[in-house]
Amino acid sequence: MASSDVELADEPLRPPGHSIGLLALPRWRFLLQLLVKKELRVRYRGSALGMLWSYVKPAVQLLVYYIAMGRFLRLGDSIPSYVVYLFSGMVMINFFNEILSNTTRSIIFNAALVGKIYLPRELFPVSSVWVAFVHVVPQIVVLIIGALLFGWRPGLLSLLGGVMALLIICAFALGIGLAFAAFNVFFRDAENLIELLMMVAIWLSPVFYQWHMVADAFPAWLFTIYQLNPLAMAVELSHYCFWMPTNGVLTGGADAASLMPPHWVLGVAVSSFIALATLVLGQLIFHRLEGKFAQEL
Amino acid sequence: MNQTSNDLIMAQLSGVDKQFDLRHTRSIKEYVVWWLTGRKGQLTENFKALDALSLTIHQGESVALLGFNGSGKSTTLKLVSGVMLPDAGSVAVRGRIAGLIEVGAGMHPDLTGRENVFLNGAILGMTQEQIDERFDSIVEFSGIEKFIDTEVKFYSSGMYMRLAFSVAVHSEPDIFLVDEVLAVGDEPFQRKCIAKMRELRDAGQTLVVVSHDLELIKSICHRGIVLEHGKVVHDSEIGEAVDFLRSSMPD
Repeated sequence: MASSDVELADEPLRPPGHSIGLLALPRWRFLLQLLVKKELRVRYRGSALGMLWSYVKPAVQLLVYYIAMGRFLRLGDSIPSYVVYLFSGMVMINFFNEILSNTTRSIIFNAALVGKIYLPRELFPVSSVWVAFVHVVPQIVVLIIGALLFGWRPGLLSLLGGVMALLIICAFALGIGLAFAAFNVFFRDAENLIELLMMVAIWLSPVFYQWHMVADAFPAWLFTIYQLNPLAMAVELSHYCFWMPTNGVLTGGADAASLMPPHWVLGVAVSSFIALATLVLGQLIFHRLEGKFAQEL
Repeated sequence: MNQTSNDLIMAQLSGVDKQFDLRHTRSIKEYVVWWLTGRKGQLTENFKALDALSLTIHQGESVALLGFNGSGKSTTLKLVSGVMLPDAGSVAVRGRIAGLIEVGAGMHPDLTGRENVFLNGAILGMTQEQIDERFDSIVEFSGIEKFIDTEVKFYSSGMYMRLAFSVAVHSEPDIFLVDEVLAVGDEPFQRKCIAKMRELRDAGQTLVVVSHDLELIKSICHRGIVLEHGKVVHDSEIGEAVDFLRSSMPD
């Protein structure tokens, strides 16, 4: 019927329910697109402001933190363009948290489908990543407008740094999310663990403070570990992209690299590797456990 | 092509075992305590749904899986579709598998009928072009043209099922699986569904159907396989299989 008999006879018998995971998804682009649309629709059902909420929330968050950190704690005195510094870090952490909370619940939320029809199950976490991306775009737009007000003049390298930051966050968060989406099917405790991680994430990276404050307080080896955490590196890259090329940050013709932590290029390479390794590990864990999803849900 | 089956194997299960845990442990605490106390005893009770089950389905066959509750019919379908994996033995299939495992599993109440046709169609493995091409025919078959741009949550349960059924019968997979959802909607629509299933069968569609409605299933399938406690106890022409099942009914 769908395939002609000749083609069908040429196809080998194969075990059903096996896929090559994330690598199978390009073939499922159309469904992925529909799932993303569905998730966005469901998220904003019955909401008058709709997508506008994804502007309102970060704007309020930024205002609160700016007043508390910048004014009360006077961090803004030592960091020029502190609002841009703060927001360029927060955008990355928001992206990370959004991916993490969506992916972790993605299998449970789609239990009806996962238990009835076989599809590459990675479709659900990956559609959550796209939903998170749709939500981070308005924040980046706001960030760029803000940075422009502070005289943002990015070079090609700065922009590359920003893209790298997003990619690192994406790979790292999806890797953790895949593993925890699978754990969540067996133990609902996984969601709580992820919430804990989300709470800590913003402090594990130089969002409010600067890297040299960590370097001053920590022994060298601990600082190295801190730097290798992909979140810290992505936030630093985001500063490199959005904050450093604004007015008053680089004085006397200094290069943006001079404000980055020592060995930062190597740091970017290593934390990209860690993020990718996390993704591969997450995929392996997910793959290992997915065979039992249908009977556990 | 006519209704006689040929030799091309579409699905083959050999020596398949499948066990289920009856009592689930949902907290890490319980699990850790069990683990620390020497992993004594079973944390869960097991239930053997399939026990060394073997069966082969050829192209063009219309097969009914018969049996009482808990005999393993739905589990067999889930193994063929790939939703579940066997604990032992092997399952092999050929081509694209889709079906009506539960009406509306792929539908979402917050989307309109039109959007659900696309979502559900894509879930059943259709491409965008295929859905575009068959869209009018899907809507016409379901008979809900007027409400196609209404959100599905405002549909009556009958309308909801008609749309889902209509998408499924237009998905044209290589193996079509149907679980307990043959007769949906009102009497005229039920008759339409059954006629459609026969039409698919006569066109050479490979069908695997699970239903408790023995008269209905007799009018659709040619071959009947009776399962009992996860084993094949009878496999023959449908009329004979139904008689076998009836004769084994406890009075």
